[in-house]
Parts: sequence; structure tokens; C-alpha cells
Amino acid sequence: MNLLLPGMYVSTHSPVHRLDPRVKMTAALLLMVAPFAAPGFPSSVLLAAFVGLIALLSDAPWLALLRTLRTVLWLGCFLFVFYLFTTPGRVLVAWRGISLTAEGLAAGTTQIYRLCLLVVVSSLLTFTTSPAQLTHGLEALLHPLARLGLPVREAAMVLSISLRFVPTLFDQVERLIKAQRSRGAALQSGPPWRRIRSWIPVFVPIFVAAFRRADELAVAMDARGFRGVRQRTHLRRLRLGWRDLFASLIVLGIGVTAFALDRFL
Amino acid sequence: MSTFIETHSLGHTYRFGDGERIVALRDVDLRIARGEFVALIGANGSGKSTLARHLNALLIPTCGEVLVDNLATTDPGNLWEIRRRVGMVFQNPDNQLVASTIEEDVAFGPENWALPRDQIRARVDEALTAVGLWDQRTRPPQMLSGGQKQLVAIAGALATRPDCIVLDEPTSMLDPLGRRRVLETIRQLNRESGLTIVLVTQSMEEAAAADRVIALHRGRIVLEGPPKAVFAREPRLEDIGLGVPASMEMTALLRERGVPLETTPLNLGELAAALKVLGPVTSVL
Amino acid sequence: MMIVVDALSHIYAPDTPLARVALRSVTLSISPGERVGVAGPTGSGKSTLIQHLAGLLAPSSGRVLLDGVPASGKGQKSQSRRRQVGIAFQYPEEQVFEQTVGREVAFGPRNLGLDSGEIHERVRWALNLVGLDAPAFLDRSPFTLSGGELRRVSLAGVLALQPAVLILDEPTAGLDPRGRGSLLERIDAWQRETSSTLIVVSHDLAALAQLIDRVVLLRGAEIVADGPSRSVLGDPARLTGAGLEPPLPVALLHQLRTAGWNVATDRFRPAEAAEEIASYLRAGRRQFETRGVPQ
Repeated sequence: MNLLLPGMYVSTHSPVHRLDPRVKMTAALLLMVAPFAAPGFPSSVLLAAFVGLIALLSDAPWLALLRTLRTVLWLGCFLFVFYLFTTPGRVLVAWRGISLTAEGLAAGTTQIYRLCLLVVVSSLLTFTTSPAQLTHGLEALLHPLARLGLPVREAAMVLSISLRFVPTLFDQVERLIKAQRSRGAALQSGPPWRRIRSWIPVFVPIFVAAFRRADELAVAMDARGFRGVRQRTHLRRLRLGWRDLFASLIVLGIGVTAFALDRFL
Repeated sequence: MSTFIETHSLGHTYRFGDGERIVALRDVDLRIARGEFVALIGANGSGKSTLARHLNALLIPTCGEVLVDNLATTDPGNLWEIRRRVGMVFQNPDNQLVASTIEEDVAFGPENWALPRDQIRARVDEALTAVGLWDQRTRPPQMLSGGQKQLVAIAGALATRPDCIVLDEPTSMLDPLGRRRVLETIRQLNRESGLTIVLVTQSMEEAAAADRVIALHRGRIVLEGPPKAVFAREPRLEDIGLGVPASMEMTALLRERGVPLETTPLNLGELAAALKVLGPVTSVL
Repeated sequence: MMIVVDALSHIYAPDTPLARVALRSVTLSISPGERVGVAGPTGSGKSTLIQHLAGLLAPSSGRVLLDGVPASGKGQKSQSRRRQVGIAFQYPEEQVFEQTVGREVAFGPRNLGLDSGEIHERVRWALNLVGLDAPAFLDRSPFTLSGGELRRVSLAGVLALQPAVLILDEPTAGLDPRGRGSLLERIDAWQRETSSTLIVVSHDLAALAQLIDRVVLLRGAEIVADGPSRSVLGDPARLTGAGLEPPLPVALLHQLRTAGWNVATDRFRPAEAAEEIASYLRAGRRQFETRGVPQ
């Protein structure tokens, strides 16, 4: 695969990489919700600093992280301007009925901060956790729901097989685009309806190939003794270690501190 | 050697929704001994892939019978046991790998058999070592060459400790290096572990490495025997859309030009050796 | 069309941890009407090189010129040159998407903006060229065809562009012996008839020996040999050095030579090699006879 997508998993051996995916996913959720539960300034600084520390510990390249922020650049700007001019409060600048307030400035900055934190935390999660691990972790976390009759294990298997083929699909699409372009297909240009039509030479073969692939895969799985997910055992088992316990305590501690800072300062 | 797989008057007809029928196999009588290395050759449409799929009960005979280690493929109760004893490797390296890492994929078979974790671990390590990929066990499939993917598929089949592996054109989509590695691995497994091998192939050179070659044409077996015997029948092979190993083509060309070659060399080495004997004895001069 | 490659380098995913040098300062030129084979182990840069020749990739450094115009340029001149290069990738049947064979083959000509009469004419011509009976196949769905037939349809789709340069990547991959022979014959016939430039990438150059006169050998992102078929395919040391197996005739002659035989090792066509060996043995016998040494 020749692309390095923003937030894509890179295999290194940082302390964060080695944590149990369940811990990371829960921690990520906590950190994404925290700015909303503890919106004060000191707690925001604490959270931002903590996330920065995690980024450092994950060996994440700064450039890559900044690039992931670029994906929400427009949304961020829009939110900032929106809150800047629509929050009532002490007016700083007024112009033809639209007023810029100090509270608006604060609100706008808060929105940007929350957005950035969200993006960075989720990027760090996907950066330090492979898709396979994410699936394992998700399956483990949702396992109790299986007792309610939900097809958690089946869904997990479908998800993990799909994930395995994502890079293969990417390569195939890339090849197909080149092949059709070489026959003169003008992909990408023009108004939306024409653009979609022009991509048919790529969509159709991908679909056909996908069905063929699914068929061959099913036959191969059959040949290897697959008869449903119920009784299957697993090579991999997620086990929590002292690192995970330690990390969980720290994240919990930070969360509580942030909340407390807000309450008592 | 005892018989491991046998077929009696095996026939297979594909029936389609619109009433169309294709007779893929007719009256096939086959015996494969334990530890044998058999090559199945035939032009596209000859039925060789269909025949291969009967050997692990992926297909059930529409007439006749197939016995794998004395288990009939027509009995649904035998299905999983047959598939444990006969592993299968397919043509497309990508479309048989299900997991995101090599070792997880090789574990797929044992996992289906609900083996306890430590046994799965042992089997995976054993299988990957047998194909020489143990140190790559945590790599994802997209980082592997086609040849390596096929070795992973072979390891996946080995993980259920089968008696036999059927390979359906495993090297068709590989480059020469990949082809060589896969073929070497297959031969090694046959020689050292006594694994029965059934290799479906379009390559006459690969078939020449087998103990026995079976040629199919329009669903019937038309030639059968050791490679030298089968490849000596060149006109017949050409009739059914096949050829002979390049070394034998060369032998024919040499004979045409008066070179007295008696043997049927199956590969370069044999041909070179046969020629050297004919050459001038330089030391005498 | 004259193709000039000047110090071409290509790096995939530059400035990232996944950066990979696919081509390193490659220089070569191909004149109109030449029949060139491109060989090399997997990963040597063959695929990248031909994509540059078709203008599908932009160089990281260096230039690729089609009749003096950059192949990957954005302007009208570059685009019109690119249209004269037809390329069939490996397993071209994977690109098929139309509902009928006729429409599939017509896709390229349609994109060229030709009128329907011309398109129809080209489709019939191309299908006949690849040995698919035009009237019978025109309305069939591509998805009902066999692998070999589909391969030919895809090739017809590229030939219908009537390119001045035809690039083929492993054209015989996956075909059975009969299919292989037939396809090679037809490509040969087409090239001789149209005098177009032919560039073929393959692992098995011995099999394609009838199609090419010149071989460019790649290894590790660089060109390690570029010359007439005889000098490249007939040099076993250089081939094995590049990680390739020499064709059987050459390997055989090499083994005999190592055993002391005075034979030329560059006879890469089976018939030539047979002749070389046979005449050597004949000469040896005559030598015995003239010296009166009993055999």
C-alpha cells in the first residue's frame, strides 16, 4: 500500500502500543467526553497536556498528527466563527449589527479545543492500535451482549475479514484507476452526476471482483473446516497486565482531577 | 503402499438454473496411495479442478463414489473428518487468507476444530516452521509476495495435521521465484513427512516432478503413469491441448538433427547428463 | 513514436516511513517499430517503468518524453501523445465492466471521441484480430466468457485504440499452453502488420522470444542490461546475477560448456541451440574419424 493515511496504524514498540486495546478504547472515549464534562480552563490545560504526553509516549510523528487536524480545518473554522459572532456577552467589536464578544472568543476557542482533542485522541488510538486489535478489543468489550442473543461473534468475524482486505482493495482500486485511465476514461472531472457515471468503469469491476472474492473465500473457509462461529476457540486472547492497570489508574486519575479542578477552582 | 483415496466410476454433472447441464467428469476411476505425489494435468475445462474438489468433499459425486481413507464423501457425517485429513490450497493467493496476520490465518483451521489454545499455538508454530515462515508470523498478508502467501496457505492446511494436501494450480499466479519455492516446499513435505500430494497444474515441468501423472480430457482420464511414460506420448498430449516439459521438446529437436538420445529427460539436469555422455572424451585426445 | 527516458527516478510515498525507490536514474530510448522485452525479478521496477511510458505516473526526477513531449504532462500535447500508447496490465480481464463484449471493446475508441461508424469498424477489426468471431461475440455478456476469451476481449479493447505503442504486462499469465501460443502468434501478426512499437514485460522471456528483438533487464530499480535478445538472454551469468533463470537452451549450453564442450552459449532459441549441439557432436565424430581413433 502506497498511501499513508492520516491516523493509520504504524507498528512500533512504544509503551502505548503495548497496552490492551480495551483499555485504550475506553480511555479514548473518556478523554473525548472529558472536555464536555470538565469545560473549565485549568482542566482543559490538564487534559491537553495529558494528551500531549500520550502522543509523546506513542512515538507519534508530529507531522502526521498535524495532518490529521487538517481534515477538520474547515469545520473548525466554521465553528469558531459561528460561536464568535453568536454568543451573547460583552461586546468587543461591533459591525453592522453583528457583534464579536469576549464570551464568543472564549466559546469559539473552546469548540476548537474540543474538536482538536477529539481528532488527536482518535488518531492516537488508531495510530497505536492495529485494526485487528481494535476488532478483538471491540468483540471482547461487547461480548456480554452475545448473551442477549446479539450476533457479536459473527459481526466480529465479518469485521475482521473485511479489515484484512482493506489494503488489498486499495491496491486493486489503484490498479483499476490506472488501467481505465489508460483507456481514456476521464475520472474525477465535471459536475457530480457526470462524475459518478464516469466512475462506473471502476465501481463495476470492484463489485464483480468482490463477489468473486467472497465466493472463493467461502469455499476456502469451508475447506478449512469452518462451520459457524459458535464453537470456535481462539489463538489470541486479550489479557490485562500490570501496564494496563497502571495506565487505567492514571487515566482515571486525570479524569477525576480534571473534574475536581473544575468544581473547586 | 496402501490406498488413501479411491474413486469408482466418479461422475459429476453441473446443473444450472436454466436447465443447462455440463458434464465435468465421466467415469473416473482413480487410486491414490498414501505418500504418493500425483500430478493432475489437463487443458482448461478438462475437469481437473472439479476432480480435485471431490477429494475433500467440497463437491459430492452426481454418480459413482469417492472414498477418502475409506470414508465416503457422500455421507454428510464424514464431511469434517475428511476435510481434516485432506487439506486444500487454491489458485488465488489472496482469496484464501482470512486473517490480518500470518499466524492468525494459520490458526484458522485449528480454531474451527475448537482446539485448546496451547494446542493451536503448537500447531501454528509447527506448520509455519515446516514452510519456513515462522519468523514472519506477525506480518500482515499485504506485505507478502504471492509465493509467500501460498506458503501461508500450505501452512494453514498443515495445521490440521492432514494426511494429504490437494493443490489446485497453486503456482499459476506466481512469479518464477515463488513457483520454485512452493514446488520445493511441496516436494519436501512429500519426501520428508510422507504427505500425500495431489497437484493440479498447467506446468509440464511441475508435473514432471511427480511420482505419477494423470491427464484429463473432457472429464475422462486419458493418460496415466510415471512422468516419463506419459510425456513420451507427445502427439496424444498435443491433441488434448497439453505439451511436454521443455527438456523433452529440446530432446525432440536434438533427435531430429541426428543426436542419438535414447532417454526421455524430464528436466535440464537429466538432459545435460545424457548429452555429456555422448560428448567427445577429451582426455583421450 | 519516439520514446525517450532520461535519468528517470521514481520514489513511492516519499517523505514517509514507507518510502521506496522503484526506479533509480533509468535511461533508455525506444524507436518506432521496435520490439522490446522488459525483464527482471519482482520488485525490480518493471511495472513502474511501463506505467511511466504510458504517462500514468509523474517522475520523482528525470523525464519521460513521447515524441519530445512529457508523457505525464497535463496539457493537450501530452494528452494526445498518451492516447497513442495502449497498455494492457496483468490480468486485464479484471477491468471488464460493460454489459456486452462489443461495448467493452468500444470503450477506448469511445473515449477517443470517434464517430460511431469508426468505433464499430474498430471493434470488429480488433475482435477478429484476437480470434473472436465478431458477429457472434459482440452481444455476449463478458461474464459468460471463459478466462482465455476474456483475456482476448481485454486485449482487443486496447488494440481498438490502434496505439502507436503497445505495452503488455505478462500477456500470457494464467493461460494454458494452447492459449499462450495462440495469443503470442496474434500479437506477433498484429505488430508485423502495423509496425507499431511493442513493449512486453514478462518473467518468461524465452517463451516470448518470438515477439522481441531487444531486452532491457532490470534489477534493484536499475537497468543492468539493454541490448539485442541474443546478447542479454544468451548471457546466463548476467541473468542469474539479476535473479532470473536463463531460458533452457542457454542453461543447457552453459552446462555443456562448463563440461568442456566448445559451444556458443548465446543460442537462446531451442532450434538454434539444438543445431549448435548437433553440429558440435557431428564435428567431433568427424574429428575422431579423420584421426582414425576407434570409437
